[in-house]
Amino acid sequence: MTVQTEAVQAPDLLYSEAEEDLRSAVRSLLADRADAPTVIAGIESDTPYDLRLWESLAAGIGAAGLLVPEKLGGQGATHREAAVVLEELGRSVAPAPYLTSAVVATEILLALGADGGPAAGLLAELASGRKVAVLALPFSTPPADAGAAMTGTLERTVSGVAEAAAADVLLVPTADGLYAVETAGDGVDVRALVPLDLTRPLATVTLAGATGTLLADAAPAAEAVSRGLLAGAGLLASEQLGLAEWCLTETVRHTRERHQFNRPVGSFQSLKHRMAQLWLEVVSARAAARNAADALAAGSPDAPLAVAVAQAYCSEVAVHAAEECVQLHGGIGMTWEHPAHLYLKRAKADSIAYGTAGRHREAVAALVELPAP
Amino acid sequence: MSTAVDAAGIRRLTQQLLADRPPATTDRTDFLEARFDAGLAWVHYPVGLGGLDAPRSLQPVVDAELAAAGAPDNDPRRIGIGLGMAAPTILGYGTEEQKRRFLRPLWTGAEVWCQLFSEPGAGSDLAALGTRAVRDGDDWVVDGQKVWTSSAHLARWGILIARTDPDVPKHRGISYFICDMTDPGVEVRPLRQITGEAEFNEVFLTGVRIPDSRRLGPVGDGWKVAQTTLMNERVSIGGARIPREGGMIGTVAKTWREQPGLRTHDLHQRLLTLWVEAEVARLTGERLRQQLVAGQPGPEGSGMKLAFARLNQEISGLEVELLGDEGLLYSDWTMRRPELVDFTGRDAGYRYLRSKGNSIEGGTSEVLLNIVAERVLGLPVEPRNDKDVAWKDLAR
Repeated sequence: MTVQTEAVQAPDLLYSEAEEDLRSAVRSLLADRADAPTVIAGIESDTPYDLRLWESLAAGIGAAGLLVPEKLGGQGATHREAAVVLEELGRSVAPAPYLTSAVVATEILLALGADGGPAAGLLAELASGRKVAVLALPFSTPPADAGAAMTGTLERTVSGVAEAAAADVLLVPTADGLYAVETAGDGVDVRALVPLDLTRPLATVTLAGATGTLLADAAPAAEAVSRGLLAGAGLLASEQLGLAEWCLTETVRHTRERHQFNRPVGSFQSLKHRMAQLWLEVVSARAAARNAADALAAGSPDAPLAVAVAQAYCSEVAVHAAEECVQLHGGIGMTWEHPAHLYLKRAKADSIAYGTAGRHREAVAALVELPAP
Repeated sequence: MSTAVDAAGIRRLTQQLLADRPPATTDRTDFLEARFDAGLAWVHYPVGLGGLDAPRSLQPVVDAELAAAGAPDNDPRRIGIGLGMAAPTILGYGTEEQKRRFLRPLWTGAEVWCQLFSEPGAGSDLAALGTRAVRDGDDWVVDGQKVWTSSAHLARWGILIARTDPDVPKHRGISYFICDMTDPGVEVRPLRQITGEAEFNEVFLTGVRIPDSRRLGPVGDGWKVAQTTLMNERVSIGGARIPREGGMIGTVAKTWREQPGLRTHDLHQRLLTLWVEAEVARLTGERLRQQLVAGQPGPEGSGMKLAFARLNQEISGLEVELLGDEGLLYSDWTMRRPELVDFTGRDAGYRYLRSKGNSIEGGTSEVLLNIVAERVLGLPVEPRNDKDVAWKDLAR
């Protein structure tokens, strides 16, 4: 019967016990080291990243190596577990180069370095948390643009590179292939920009006379970069889910406590309905994000569609949740002191990262054959 | 018989039934009655009442074996109210005699059931209902009007809630009855809808006599009994697994692919947004199903009806627009009384109009949002002024 064939293909949309254990570990680390006042104080300092937090997350918990097989120096887990880490990072908006290094750069190196070579060596260093690497492309680049990114030479300027300030190594796509360039080397300039989202620093990277190690020729590199961006976009949905969930939880908490007109403001239907609607969106975003993580973990041929659907949906949910969070907090939501603005800025920046919802809907159109006029 | 409560035993019993009553040569009713008597109707029901006291999860074993053998089923969509609402309530609150009298013909479909709950003056505020039941000897005498009653013109029995005590607050003065729809005081009139059809009825109850032996649960406890009925209504919504592009989005996607001349940029953007939302709703339903199978039911179910109501409305609305000249037409306004509500095979105009009911029937979307806000999110209830007032003193 058809029911049985579908059962075989059905994605696992739940969380396993091991995934919940991992969540608890990450959540308690973030509660300990990255509460809201700490994050707010950090974003205006010279060092937004808390190195001890990264060390504990990447090496202590082993989160940096989740995608990497044990024989290559990682934890031998999958995108499902990395997605849980990102949910928690989204919930805390702590600055940490996890999505860029432990997901996108790691996935690119995995695609290239499974058989040894320079990519494998770097992969082991990322997996252990000893090094951070980021892809030297604008943060807005969608998976579909990976091929077009393989252009130019090592003499170039790239703007809007996320978390370059935290990186030891840049993965630089050129017409010849993909290079690994040490940020500490000669001819590399990483200049911080003023980002909308202060919890995810952006930089302009200028390479002038820099040298690098060629990791792969153009064709396999384009394939690898595409895979990296697909994983990034897919797991970004989990970060957006965690972010949206925090916004809803805090908004519910606030409106239960806040009294006006001699009653909790959360007892007014006009507010309740907006929060109930958000709840439905968060519940739906969870299914979409889990589906993308599971498809990536399984290497499913469905992964590009699952990712495009998750991004097209979750980007807007995160922005909506953060906007509602600010509005339903009233005046306090407009202050620098309250963390709501961190979530709004992160949500809005995330809605551009790895392609806007509109770009992902275009990807859906191509994948399911619903062509434009 | 006692070893039947595992998959192998249930399969054995099913094979025995098929051997005793080969479907090819057995009358449909005989087969269904024999299936009921073998405990294979709903295996989680008690022995003697169509079940085996087995886990509900074993029912698919029976269904698959019987479907493979080409056995007739009880056409569950035709008797949904009996199966989904009346049966669990009778099982939960009925006397032994009531269970034995009603469950077998209910399940086989020999007796169709309807639900006499909503009234013109009691929709979202169902507990405000005004249909009166007054005790007269061994009987109750019922007067009032019910509405939105599907299958009333086909039904042998109706589950009825009526006010037995107007002097106490509204939730406490209600009792629950089984109403004989052939009683001369029962008048059923079709209620024509915006689609032109009459899927539902109005039911006028005038001096209808109901023996006290057909009361379900204690006098004055009808609201509590009705919660069982309504809870089962919500459980039965959204249970089935849907394939990608299942439901209305599949129809509009097909039109888009087959008729390039209809495409515009604006419609394309809206179609893609809805396609993504329909796919996410499908995944959300699938996740809910997986939670139920894993024994971790979540509150997501209350949200699914909200999501599907909005999507059905928006998708069918888009489809009418996409069809352009054809969207200006309607298949047929003739007043008919369909036995089933089914969107498949109907034109976009019908789907557009009928789906307007999806955000009203079975709890309006506004009430469901309140339920999510209060019961799932724990937001405070609105101040109310109807809880401690006798029903007869309420404004209406």
